[in-house]
Amino acid sequence: MSFPDKINDVITTQLGFAINWARSNSMWPMPFGTACCGIEMMATFMSKYDASRFGSEVLKFSPRQSDLLIVSGRISLKMMPVLQRIWEQMPEPKWCISMGACASSGGVFDTYTLIQGVDQFIPVDAYMPGCPPRPEAFIEALMTVQAKAREGKASSQAFVSDDVSRDPSLSPLYRSPDAFMDGPRSPEAEEPASTPASLPAGGRP
Amino acid sequence: MNAPAPNPRSSSPVYARENLPVLAARVEAAFGDRLLGKEEKTQYIQFSVKAADAHDLVRFLKEEPSLGFTWFIDCCGVDYQRYPKPVPERFAVVTTLLSPALGVKAQVRAFVPAADPRLASNVDLFAGANWTEREIFDLYGIAFEGHPDLKRILMPDDYEGHPLRKDYPLRGRGERGAFPVYHAVPVALAPQDGEG
Repeated sequence: MSFPDKINDVITTQLGFAINWARSNSMWPMPFGTACCGIEMMATFMSKYDASRFGSEVLKFSPRQSDLLIVSGRISLKMMPVLQRIWEQMPEPKWCISMGACASSGGVFDTYTLIQGVDQFIPVDAYMPGCPPRPEAFIEALMTVQAKAREGKASSQAFVSDDVSRDPSLSPLYRSPDAFMDGPRSPEAEEPASTPASLPAGGRP
Repeated sequence: MNAPAPNPRSSSPVYARENLPVLAARVEAAFGDRLLGKEEKTQYIQFSVKAADAHDLVRFLKEEPSLGFTWFIDCCGVDYQRYPKPVPERFAVVTTLLSPALGVKAQVRAFVPAADPRLASNVDLFAGANWTEREIFDLYGIAFEGHPDLKRILMPDDYEGHPLRKDYPLRGRGERGAFPVYHAVPVALAPQDGEG
């Protein structure tokens, strides 16, 4: 074995590029499956779609050992503090995928109990449309996060504004109870229950 | 009509519709003027009473030997605001019981006034009523007197309001915005072009 033989096995690169490349290809996801999107997430990690091709097969159920949070499903009012606690516990650098319509926007559940998009409270790097999304969409989102990691971009929790936890009206999302389209109604403001005069008794025009 | 022969291998009660008049006669004899109404359905009879009489009626149905409604099925709340038909009070608490001996069900609909939403708890009769009454308290704001542990069960403890009331806004009152916000501040992971 001589030195000129070994020179073919050496590549020269920058340390930062190598670190980012290694990070992007060893994403350890923290699954947060709260609804049917979790089933599609499991399917993605199974053998047919095989997320381990992208270096993401190690599902870590401890947030302290993971760097990619996958929010797959509805997040309710009671679950949001749990999700934020998990996001705090994950070491930096870290990324977040919002999977499906419910995690991204609340979906069809525009009710008093459901968070209308987790991106209001934690940073999200990739959104996945669908109800639930196909595993192909999952892989697309995963590759989007990988591209961000290769470019050296990640979300940080360095800046937290917690004033809104003391006074909800400080939140830019806060709306006064009077500003809602559908209430609160008072019994005095009730519309009459009788059929409008323009309609016949059957109810159909 | 002959009653259907009970299946000895089955522990589930046999539905016996011919016993519905028996149930109606017993309850009317005991609670005649305290009943607000009686409505016979396909498989059960619904008795409407005032809130103060509900616990007595449930106790009578359970402890009267000839009735034997020992099976607590469910208990739920109703908000009759904007209900098209006239009702005596705004709220109601509906308790559904089953008598394995008679093979029929009975419903007790207790009307609860909105000004003073209180009702006697049924936990002393049926332990299974514990969590359903907590749920009604949580979502409708109807207090159950004598309940051993009356607190919220579904919504957070510091939640204000009772969201299943009809006058609660469907999209909430802004409580969904009361969380700290983690802002996305892009950070450079590793310097790329000889920056460090």
